[in-house]
Amino acid sequence: MNPSGRGIATGRIWSRLVQIAFLAAVLVLWSLATTVWGVSRILLPNPVNVWHQLIDVVSSGAFIPDLRVTLGELAAAFAISMSLGVSLGYLISRSRYLIRVFEPLLAAIYSIPIILFLPLYVLLLGLGPDSKIALGATISFFPIVLSTIAGFGYVDRTLVTAARSMGASNLQMFRHVLVPAALPVVLAGLRMGFTVALLSVIASETIASFAGLGHHIVDLAENMDTARMFAYIVFVIAIVAFLNAVVSTLEGRARWR
Amino acid sequence: MTSAQPAIRVHGVSHQFGQAGEARHVQALLDTSLEVARGELQCLIGPSGCGKSTLLGIMGGLIAPTTGTVTVSGKPVRGPMPRDLAFVFQESALFPWNTVFENIVLGMTFQGVAKAERRDRARRALEAVGLLDFAEHYPGQLSGGMRQRAALARALSLQTDILLMDEPFGALDEQTRMVLGEDLSVLLSRSKKTIVFVTHSLGEAVFLADRVAVFSARPGTVKQIITVDEPHPRKPSFMTAPKFHALRDQLYGLLHDEIRKAISETAQPRRRYDQAGAAEADGDRA
Repeated sequence: MNPSGRGIATGRIWSRLVQIAFLAAVLVLWSLATTVWGVSRILLPNPVNVWHQLIDVVSSGAFIPDLRVTLGELAAAFAISMSLGVSLGYLISRSRYLIRVFEPLLAAIYSIPIILFLPLYVLLLGLGPDSKIALGATISFFPIVLSTIAGFGYVDRTLVTAARSMGASNLQMFRHVLVPAALPVVLAGLRMGFTVALLSVIASETIASFAGLGHHIVDLAENMDTARMFAYIVFVIAIVAFLNAVVSTLEGRARWR
Repeated sequence: MTSAQPAIRVHGVSHQFGQAGEARHVQALLDTSLEVARGELQCLIGPSGCGKSTLLGIMGGLIAPTTGTVTVSGKPVRGPMPRDLAFVFQESALFPWNTVFENIVLGMTFQGVAKAERRDRARRALEAVGLLDFAEHYPGQLSGGMRQRAALARALSLQTDILLMDEPFGALDEQTRMVLGEDLSVLLSRSKKTIVFVTHSLGEAVFLADRVAVFSARPGTVKQIITVDEPHPRKPSFMTAPKFHALRDQLYGLLHDEIRKAISETAQPRRRYDQAGAAEADGDRA
């Protein structure tokens, strides 16, 4: 019976309603554009057609081979960047000198658009999954290694000193002080790494590839099959949203309050 | 009176951060000698940067002095001595991801207390500081004063003869500080622990200490020792006694010139240089 609490709750419902209304308005405008205003069906398919195509894509299972390729690339890329990023980040964090040398260097490289290396990776590794894995791993390595350095390298000295004064062994220090202190920062880096790995795998599929969801979308575009292409885009958005939600939930669970 | 051997003996300790000639070179302590008697509460007081916190770290084996020796109960200090002494720091240094109870148990785990004993001892320590009802709280849910009580409980649970307290009430407001000071005095009268207590506050020093070691400005060394002859537990009424004021004025007289000296060289950008330096030296060893 807290009036201000109820106020916040109604406010939340209202903003949800506005969000839904906004999406509905976009759909209506989209529909009007294809019917009343006569925008070419090749450039902008009718939403109803897109919906039918989406049903078909999902029910026929036509997406499975491409999804398998994309998720396989993502899993390999993330596994590489996670193991390399966390272990190298931890090693660098153990020395002030290494932090001073490598943290600015890695941050500088992180700020350049690494997708520029895709042509090189394609040249070296071919048009298959390997070049996508390499690019995804390269791009996601940086947020992971940087957050691992930040997490382990800047643990509150008072806590470390206190643990040492009470006789903590190196293993106890790692398990009970360093890991819990670093975990929230490292997990945030892993989430970010996952997101950019997914992004770069799909993006590089659209640029040069044989298979994968990104590849399939470009294929449909080139065949002017825009309704099905839109259906695939919606499908990929749903997959990405689902994966990001899973990763965020895992991150939230592992955090201390 | 009974045992001739002091609890802590500091002999000819000098400490510098950085090498001579370097820009960051600081001579924190110069040829300091000091004895802490068994069962006494000794306050270390002095201007900022005089190296009193550094000396506390050296006593506890957290910092290796450049020269000189420290013995605790006759044993030379070469590193942390968790069985002989426990620390209480200015910031509570409780692990924020653990509850108060878990924090205390973890301290005993580090020290090597048998598992069966830990929970019981943690409960008794919390009782001693009046925090039993807050055992399952996280440090972030407690006030500053309660956090320091919890940190004190953790130190007590380790059952060491000696407590080293580095401005434990420094970040608290005046009233909380006074109440915790009274509690500490009661605790001391019961437990017969030896306590070394670093402080900036003249009143706190006189109220708590059996003896006050007054430090000179950097490079710090003991300028004079003042005895406060008043039994524990001390009552708030002690603070209004003429003796209290006379001692406080005497302390201020001793410190006044040193504080001026310290302020005149505050070209140093960091206020609490002694602690910052200590943390750095610590990091280099880790």
